[in-house]
Amino acid sequence: MAALRLRSVEFRRERQASWRELEKLVERVEKRGMTALGAEELSRLPILYREALSSLGVARAISLDRNVVEYLESLAGRAFLCVYGTKTRPWHALRDFFAGRFPAAVRRARWALLLAAAFLVLGTLTAFALTLDDPDRFYAFIPEEMAQGRTPTTPREELRDALYDEERAADRLAAFSSLLFTHNSRVGLLAFGLGFLAGLPSFLLLFWNGLTLGALAAVFHRSGLSPDLWGWLLPHGVTELLAVVLCGGAGLLLARGLIFPGLHGRRASLAVAGREAGLIVVGAVCMLLLAGLIEGIFRQTVLDIVVRYGVALATLLFWAAYFARAGRGRR
Amino acid sequence: MSAAGGRTTALHEPTGERIERTTPEGIPVRFQIATGGDRVGAFLVDFVLMMLSLLALGLLVQLAGGGAWLQALLMLLAFVVQHGYFIWFELRWQGATPGKRRLGLRVIDGRGGALGADAVVVRNLTRTLEFFLPLGVVLAPEAIWPGSPPWVRGVASLWVLIVALLPLFNRHRLRVGDLLGGTLVVVAPKTVLLADQGAVRAPKAAATFTFTDAQLDVYGIYELQVLEELLRHSDGRDAHQKLGAVYRKIRAKIGNPPLKGVVVEPERYLRDFYAALRARLEGRMLLGKRKADKHG
Repeated sequence: MAALRLRSVEFRRERQASWRELEKLVERVEKRGMTALGAEELSRLPILYREALSSLGVARAISLDRNVVEYLESLAGRAFLCVYGTKTRPWHALRDFFAGRFPAAVRRARWALLLAAAFLVLGTLTAFALTLDDPDRFYAFIPEEMAQGRTPTTPREELRDALYDEERAADRLAAFSSLLFTHNSRVGLLAFGLGFLAGLPSFLLLFWNGLTLGALAAVFHRSGLSPDLWGWLLPHGVTELLAVVLCGGAGLLLARGLIFPGLHGRRASLAVAGREAGLIVVGAVCMLLLAGLIEGIFRQTVLDIVVRYGVALATLLFWAAYFARAGRGRR
Repeated sequence: MSAAGGRTTALHEPTGERIERTTPEGIPVRFQIATGGDRVGAFLVDFVLMMLSLLALGLLVQLAGGGAWLQALLMLLAFVVQHGYFIWFELRWQGATPGKRRLGLRVIDGRGGALGADAVVVRNLTRTLEFFLPLGVVLAPEAIWPGSPPWVRGVASLWVLIVALLPLFNRHRLRVGDLLGGTLVVVAPKTVLLADQGAVRAPKAAATFTFTDAQLDVYGIYELQVLEELLRHSDGRDAHQKLGAVYRKIRAKIGNPPLKGVVVEPERYLRDFYAALRARLEGRMLLGKRKADKHG
């Protein structure tokens, strides 16, 4: 008698079939992914999910059967994760990323990127001027064992040979470019991640990268090899330096989110900045991959300076056009 | 009942462990934050799997021998495995990796929305910085920074320690990647629908015992749900004694002492009392009066 009068018992009896159905679907999605469901089941899922949510709302209001409320809570949670889990397929995400999201994020972050670029250039100019003034300062910027025989005391001929080196066997180049890529990507990720520490390390890393470049440039400049150096550096350097600036700029975005949280509180603002910066870093890592390929393969096989500058100019135009135009029509 | 807590004290669980996220449909859903131990366990499983695949790649490189192109390709693959493992699985398996699935954990969006690809990518990009790079410096500083002074190792160790312990210093167990991606790691909810104690009774039996409103008003929701737990386990070990003890206590408390010479089966009495109490409390709840416990 009492049992029949209970509204909550009736409520459960009416609805539990749909809960069970949802539970079965959710279980399969959890085990084998969304693709485990057929078209029919896929269209049932959101309907059943909403039913379960409404049941949960009702159960919270009318039922004192703790197991039912807990069960519905857990079911709603699981179904929520299925319905609102990641729904992008990796390949689609990739396409969207390069066709729009990445260049758009770069455009949005242009001020941070300009600042990052400014620090890189500042580092370069500083080391260049200082090393030109007194060649011994070179060692302050580049430790001797890192210089690979390109120091102020190296004779001009050797410096020149380093730029037009045909000695390296072609089959070593591929491995070499792979190594360059993984190394550069690490530095890039570092510049991004360190932004979390209020951006100071990102600045330092950019500046330090500039110092290395500037010191090297000064050594070659003293030997009158400037055009040759830049011809050697820029075909991949345009892409690589751009990527370094992107990573550093992404770090600065994080720092801005941390230091100036705005209206939404520090944690929310950091999450927003983090996603934005993450977009840029992923793109930058891909650019580093390209730069590594150019550096490892192209640089050692093409020795004509005109072609080198031509390629550098081509990459520059390509990136300029890409970041200025790509994905503008969308959204 | 599993993770949700089989103990009757589940009503008073620590508040920091649970979070509520309002779904886009406007109904709040509760999740339990994953414990640090589970997180470490899941990571170790993933780490071992990753290392095994890297090892397999390494062996392939060895076998490939001189082929420079193949070597380069495999090096690249190793990079992809190291950075793509977590991203790939969390995208494909809706916020779970093999390790997380094993430990029953899931990544969710911190604000209750859909878990986006950006968030997944960002929360895993920082792993390099949080773990792999400093670990490399601790284990083999020469390989990462040739000619590094000895203090670098100390700094790297400190860095690993701080970053690794960061989740212990906040309520939601967030690591740097979670902060940047705006994600949370929760226990994948799993509760089984059990029989309704208000409906369980021998088919023929209507309620044998009736209670007055005054008698029912002695108890509240908390006591009702403790009784629910007790009745669920009414066929367990020494359940009979427990039921008997509770039976006597309730009869004394509501002023309904057992009549002399009448033998009453405690479980039956308690089931009737449960049904009557639930009807009474649910009825009052509809009118907006929620009696939390016997003191309320």
